[in-house]
Amino acid sequence: MRDTQQRDLVTRAAILVPYLWLIALFLVPFLIVLKISLSQTTIAQPPYTPVLDIAAGWEGLKQFLAGLSVENYATLFSDPLYLWSYLKSLQVAAISTVILLLIAYPVAYALARAPRRWQGVLVLLVVLPFWTSFLIRVYAWVNILQHDGLLNQALIALRLVDAPVTWLATDTAVYIGIVYSYFPFMVLPLFAALEKMDNTLLEAAADLGAPPWRMFFQVTVPLSLPGIAAGTLLCFIPIVGEFVIPDLLGSSSTSMIGQTLWLEFFGNRDWPVASALAMVLLCLLVPPILMYRSRETRTFEGER
Amino acid sequence: MFSVPLMAARAIATFENVTKRFGDFTAVDGLTLDIFAREFFALLGPSGCGKTTLLRLLAGFEQPDAGRVVLDGNDLAGVPPYRRHVNMMFQSYALFPHMTVAGNVAFGLKQERLPKDEIAARVDEMLGLVQLRPLASRKPDQLSGGQRQRVALARSLAKRPKVLLLDEPLAALDRKLREETRFELKELQRRLETTFVIVTHDQDEAMTVADRIAVMNAGKVAQVGAPARLYERPNSRWVAGFLGEVNLIEGRVTAVYPSFVMVEREGMRLRVAHQPIAPGPAAVAIRPEKVRILNTVPDGSFENGAAGTVTDIAYLGTMSLYKVRLDDGLVLKAAVVNEQREAARAVHMNDRVWLSWTPQAGVLLGD
Repeated sequence: MRDTQQRDLVTRAAILVPYLWLIALFLVPFLIVLKISLSQTTIAQPPYTPVLDIAAGWEGLKQFLAGLSVENYATLFSDPLYLWSYLKSLQVAAISTVILLLIAYPVAYALARAPRRWQGVLVLLVVLPFWTSFLIRVYAWVNILQHDGLLNQALIALRLVDAPVTWLATDTAVYIGIVYSYFPFMVLPLFAALEKMDNTLLEAAADLGAPPWRMFFQVTVPLSLPGIAAGTLLCFIPIVGEFVIPDLLGSSSTSMIGQTLWLEFFGNRDWPVASALAMVLLCLLVPPILMYRSRETRTFEGER
Repeated sequence: MFSVPLMAARAIATFENVTKRFGDFTAVDGLTLDIFAREFFALLGPSGCGKTTLLRLLAGFEQPDAGRVVLDGNDLAGVPPYRRHVNMMFQSYALFPHMTVAGNVAFGLKQERLPKDEIAARVDEMLGLVQLRPLASRKPDQLSGGQRQRVALARSLAKRPKVLLLDEPLAALDRKLREETRFELKELQRRLETTFVIVTHDQDEAMTVADRIAVMNAGKVAQVGAPARLYERPNSRWVAGFLGEVNLIEGRVTAVYPSFVMVEREGMRLRVAHQPIAPGPAAVAIRPEKVRILNTVPDGSFENGAAGTVTDIAYLGTMSLYKVRLDDGLVLKAAVVNEQREAARAVHMNDRVWLSWTPQAGVLLGD
């Protein structure tokens, strides 16, 4: 009897672990950022006020709460710079995700159709760039895209252009960098969805009179929707907040939200506005995640 | 009694010297076969005999390495599956999980670009045919196995194919449902007057539904014919053994008379009703239900007979199967309907018995 009770306790403790993890590494930092976003800047250490003084007890807490305001959020919406920055990020993320989908789908399809003994090697090749540091790979692109870089040399050698083209510090360079870097994150979920697809479904479609392209759009694509959704989220969300790629490959005019955030934080030392920016970004990204989650739940319940 | 039904006169599908290899394995080996219009045709054989490959050759999922596949007078070489007027019901049913029952049935019709109301009418007709109208808006994963099987059937019939191909259509059902569905399938085929070709490894299934059966072995057709003909007049030891229980008595043909053939083996002489055969080694095939078992010496002088001891009795419900070891060591099986078993003097284990059968009971199988 006591044994089972003890085991019950252990089971519950085990269930608790992931929650503790989430509380310590997500909820607490989230509350700290939320709190800073409601503070004001000061020239002090830390560079914002009010600071919660736990020693002051109940009075201290009241004083602390009175010091909070939503002024920073008002600043965000009054200055078009921030709005443009958000829109730019969403635009870059949306366009990159569509390009990624268009390139990754045929690759994932080919991988899923490749002979079994080759599949392992081919998937490894897709993931292989991760062996090198992300930063080094982006710097390599700086090298390739610069004025006398590999790309311009190749274009001139092939007589496709007469004079070197400016690549670096353009939106094109940012798209190239992002599509290159996020490629595996799009290919792998698509591959997973396409690989487990029942081949007899395709035979059934052909048997019922669907030529290959209609078979593709009426059977293959709908059945790979979970993979498309997963890959889209896996790419879209981090691209919105991407900082390194636009910073190294883009121009100052391609100011994505990550760069604006960085500027507020390190350039202006305005932690409260930077935190408010981060909170709004989070709010922008939550709806698509929730949509995906509810869809997943529905599919899961449908399969039972 | 053994004649092919008259309605099945015209060949709708023909295999001509068809060979299909997968690597070193020859799945179909120079096979020639006619399937007649409006018949229920069964391809029967053990797994790996090439029966499913034959179906896939007709559907267009495989291309023959040699020979021709002809559908309704047209050579199918180079015709892709989506342009062939045959439809297949898959063993796994292959229902589209992202479509409703009605969507699945409508899929093939939509490919033909039929008007919307015509598609709706045909879908409704097909769902009525398989009694699934109330479930039209369900998804396949909300159906039972039997319901899914009927959706697959309705979907494959919706386009009114010239030949309906059924790949082990009942294999996934439990036994009772499978036996009921056999009759429904047969009834449906008669009503629609469509040519059905079924692939099965289950001889009862083939015998129940089919007008004609091709028994296949190792990529070749061993024998084609009506179920009764195959059972009563098998043309080889293999066919005799594959379809039901059989006693094979190996011996030599010693004399061929106008009325009977004499077959001899050590200690035994058998009279078999006349069949054209040359003297030499041969086997006599006798079905167990044609062997009489008696616990007294039989009197008829023209009957074949042998004495032995009962070594095994298997009670099978309608029948009982006796194994009798003859004095020369040969074991023969005799089946007795249980109604008679109760009435007659019962035969028990280790009883001394006499077996007898008429000359007409035996079939001669040459080498």
